[in-house]
Amino acid sequence: MKTEKSINEFINPQDLDIRVINIKKFFKDIKAVDGVSLEIRKGEFIALVGPNGAGKTTLVEMIEGLQSPDSGEVYIKGKLWKGNEDTLRRILGISLQETYFFDKITVLETLNLFASFYGLGEDRIKYILELVNLDMKSKVYVNNLSGGQKQKLALGIALLNNAEILLLDEPTTGLDPSSRREIWNILKRLKEQRNISMILTTHYMEEAEFLCERIIIMDKGKILAEGQLNKLLSDYSNESNKMNLNDLFLSMTGRHLDE
Amino acid sequence: MLKRPLFQLILVQLKEFCREPGILYWGIGFPVLMAWGLGIAFTNKGSLVRNIAVIENRIIIENNVLRNFLANSESYITNDEKIYKKTIVDKKLGKINYKIIFTSKEKAFILLKRGTVLVILEEKDGKVKYYFDPMSNDAQLVYLQLSREINNNKNFDYIIPLIETGTRYIDFLIPGLISMGVMMSIMWGISYSLIEKRSKKLLRRLIATPMKKTSFLFSHFAARFILCCTEAACLFFFAYFYFDIKIEGSLIALFIIFLSGVIAFTGIAIFASSRTSKTEIGNGLVNVVVMPMMVLSGVFFSYHNFPEAVIPFIQKLPLTMLADGIRSIFIEGAVLKDVIMEVFYLLGTGILFFLAGFKIYKWY
Repeated sequence: MKTEKSINEFINPQDLDIRVINIKKFFKDIKAVDGVSLEIRKGEFIALVGPNGAGKTTLVEMIEGLQSPDSGEVYIKGKLWKGNEDTLRRILGISLQETYFFDKITVLETLNLFASFYGLGEDRIKYILELVNLDMKSKVYVNNLSGGQKQKLALGIALLNNAEILLLDEPTTGLDPSSRREIWNILKRLKEQRNISMILTTHYMEEAEFLCERIIIMDKGKILAEGQLNKLLSDYSNESNKMNLNDLFLSMTGRHLDE
Repeated sequence: MLKRPLFQLILVQLKEFCREPGILYWGIGFPVLMAWGLGIAFTNKGSLVRNIAVIENRIIIENNVLRNFLANSESYITNDEKIYKKTIVDKKLGKINYKIIFTSKEKAFILLKRGTVLVILEEKDGKVKYYFDPMSNDAQLVYLQLSREINNNKNFDYIIPLIETGTRYIDFLIPGLISMGVMMSIMWGISYSLIEKRSKKLLRRLIATPMKKTSFLFSHFAARFILCCTEAACLFFFAYFYFDIKIEGSLIALFIIFLSGVIAFTGIAIFASSRTSKTEIGNGLVNVVVMPMMVLSGVFFSYHNFPEAVIPFIQKLPLTMLADGIRSIFIEGAVLKDVIMEVFYLLGTGILFFLAGFKIYKWY
């Protein structure tokens, strides 16, 4: 297995937004995450790619502090979760896989609720509504939104607190191409405007390619390869066989990325 | 205020409640309908129809006792059975309609077993025999009324019906329904709703914010307290205007015991919802809590009908404590010192279950 040695080992740990050290999480006999280490620098966009059951969500939820690792450590901005929960929750922007919100509550009321947890006011809510293009839907009940609009609301909530680190778990899964593209553009703009870090889990190669400078390929709870997309592809390709991300994944695991 | 998480959490729950017509019906409309139905059925508002069977016997037609009783009664024949309609009007007991079915002995007993008739009459040697289930209060009452009427009120003591406010069935029922409403509203409204939020991962999403866990749980208590007060007030005002129900005791005591009841059931609801994320299991858990109390705690009928040995246990159930406390304030004129033990017991139950539930609570 070829793995690109990270330049992060030469940088000061204080400059890292996220540092995960040999983290493990088992559910009975299933090794959901098995000894994963990774580091994310400030301003870096990372894509975690892998099929269903690869351990992406478990890894991200341990970084989010929603699950405790069986062993290993997670540092966010140099801080462990234990004893720093309130501080860390304020600097993370989180979008979970398949989140439901209160059904008979409008988009605006949902944002009001989440804004209250961060002590934010109407101006910020108005800005977020415009940012995710839901200003025309602000008075619509959440259960009347389309799938794409619900995902945009989830993204809006993740962006509400002006987070320094974004953790987005499959934010575009199940969306049509135009809705997916809309969310990509929001994230791309955000990257250009602010020096935030992001971990994004996805099944879509083009999403990883469009948004992220570094790609981590996971399967069966382990990191199989990581690095810049072009570097990864060139390392594994040869003159007669030009690969894309799906081919690369297939050659490593014998499985397709979207399985 | 708008920036306060607790205020927003309460507001969201109240809005969800108000925007769901089904919840409004089951929370407010149904208890009122139940009070109306049971109140009508068990008080002298409206007229009752009691079915009785008479074992057909040629002699009976000639007999003076029943002939006198059925004189001038409307009759008709259906399915080879002669049926009489007899109405007894009593100034104090109200109007009671009897449907008297003349049939064979075998058929009469089948009708009794099915619950179609309450009492069977058989005439023999100039005397009327009464067959009925001695455990049925209704059957006993029919026996007393019929035997008095058939004997032209001879050799009978006066019946003094207690229909003054405070002594009627409806006076017993309304405090029971209010208590049951508190239990049902909280157990389904908090317990089930928390389990549903966990199963839909909303709990996980909320906890990924700086929201305080205690604020979240407290908001459920506060929202439910407001809703329970509304439900109880609707039920009370309906009973006040329709059945002339009165609160004889202290309003402060009523408020305090009501609040204690809400605290007790909130604690139990949080405990019951502390682990599972499956709504099917939640359904079962809520039923395990509410069903025994609904049956045992004397909501509809006095729990003193149960065997003596189990009564001390029944009296310790939170719903019994709440219903007995509210009932004593409504109809016995109780004040705070009379219900203070119930208040402490309910508060203790609520706090204990809340702490245990909070300790083992599965947020994600």
